[in-house]
Amino acid sequence: MTTVLEDVGAKTLDHMDYVGRLNIQLWATLRAMVTTLPFVGNRYRWKESVRQMLQIGVDALPMVALMAICTGFILAMQGASELRRFGALHYVIDLVAVGFTRELGPLLTAIAVSGRSGSAFAAEIGTMKVTEELDALRVMALEPVEFVLAPKYLAALVSVPCLSIVCNVFGIMAGGIFMFFSTRLVPLMYLRYVLTSIELRDVIAGLVKSVAFATIIAHVGCLEGFRVRGGPDSVGRSTTAAVVKSTFLVIVADAVFTAIFYFMAKP
Amino acid sequence: MAIISIRDLVVEYDGRHILNGLNLDVEQGETMVLLGGSGSGKSTLLRHILGLERPKSGSVIVKGTDMARCSASELKQLRRSIGVAFQSAALFNSLSVEDNIALTLREHTRLAPSIIEIIVWMKLAAVGLADFGKLQPQELSGGMKKRAAVARALALDPEILVFDEPSAGLDPIVAAELDELILLLKEAFQITVIVVTHELASAFRIADRIAMLYNGTFSAIGSKNEIKASTSPQVRQFLDRIPENPAKALAIADYFEKYLRSPEVNS
Repeated sequence: MTTVLEDVGAKTLDHMDYVGRLNIQLWATLRAMVTTLPFVGNRYRWKESVRQMLQIGVDALPMVALMAICTGFILAMQGASELRRFGALHYVIDLVAVGFTRELGPLLTAIAVSGRSGSAFAAEIGTMKVTEELDALRVMALEPVEFVLAPKYLAALVSVPCLSIVCNVFGIMAGGIFMFFSTRLVPLMYLRYVLTSIELRDVIAGLVKSVAFATIIAHVGCLEGFRVRGGPDSVGRSTTAAVVKSTFLVIVADAVFTAIFYFMAKP
Repeated sequence: MAIISIRDLVVEYDGRHILNGLNLDVEQGETMVLLGGSGSGKSTLLRHILGLERPKSGSVIVKGTDMARCSASELKQLRRSIGVAFQSAALFNSLSVEDNIALTLREHTRLAPSIIEIIVWMKLAAVGLADFGKLQPQELSGGMKKRAAVARALALDPEILVFDEPSAGLDPIVAAELDELILLLKEAFQITVIVVTHELASAFRIADRIAMLYNGTFSAIGSKNEIKASTSPQVRQFLDRIPENPAKALAIADYFEKYLRSPEVNS
């Protein structure tokens, strides 16, 4: 019994230590972000931020669009099969529009970015650690948090919400295609229904979530990279850990934000 | 006056003593070679000289400032006067060779891009790589990577130039070329050079003084001739290449002989 309690205590302390490290890293990055901003920051680091934005955002566009289209069809078809029985097929529009704007758009994007970029951050920083590049940065009087992490975080903060919007558009578009073929609802009418069913707070809730998800993905990916010890095998482990932990934390954060918005919206 | 003073330096990892009360003065303009076998503590000593780690007790004073107790900004300032060529070269693979060298100039100075370009060319020319600036680090041979690392270390005209195992992984001819380069740079730039190595030929070619590390302590410090004439058992063992524990080697040979004569093998 004592051993079990000791193990639980040790694990709890480990997790608290991890969260603490994440917070310290986040704070250090926020302080260093100024140097990566355009006009006021270092011009070369801003270029690096733009390069990262292309990698995180533009390169992920086809994947996110395809995921959104598939999920849009799935949601519309699953919703239609049940709602048709009650003669409420037109509620599919609300389901897809609100579902994507509040929930699925940011979540699908976060999962895609976590798999693509979170793992890439961990692998890149882990490799830099193994090959002494991080030490080289320090002895060149450059802080890895400023030089490596801040441009990635800034890029994630810009790219993930943009990708979420793209995801929303493609998901809702898929719902429109389904409605056209199942009920002959013309696209313009579908768009009007969509615009009446979505409220501004749905869009804001989705964007707030995507900013939080970007923070989780960038910081978990980078922290896993910084935690690499030893050789290349450790890089592989940290890459896997980055994807698993960031996906898990994204879903936890999603639940927390959904609960907050739900209770805030209650009359 | 000593540019680097190490006083009673003690380093411990998990209760295990790595460095036991080291004392050493490195004079301005001299080439100090830290010689020692694997696990003798020379890389650990180097990391403390560079301020990458903090000791358990003692001090490493570089240009009058204690690396272990100075502020982060003081440490950054000090590091600008130290150039380091790492064992693995530690060039940034995402940047071209010339961008690797320009990095510190762009980050720490307000020089115009055209001036930075000229300085980069000069540094590359100093190490014989003037025509290779546009290449990526992965396109260079081992010896060229090390020379590019030296060019990067020279970028800010450091007062102290540090080499970690410069000959490691190089053939004797390229290693000898690198030794000549170190001598040339020292003469041309009048800098203090610290070299960590276990290569005897290289150490005796470039050193003004040699500090011999054995099990975390200095077994001898002196000029090349003093070290060659040393009667210290640890120094003699290293210079005469005497195995650490010959009895073990005999025991293994004995074990194999017995195994080969055993009935299981001969049946």
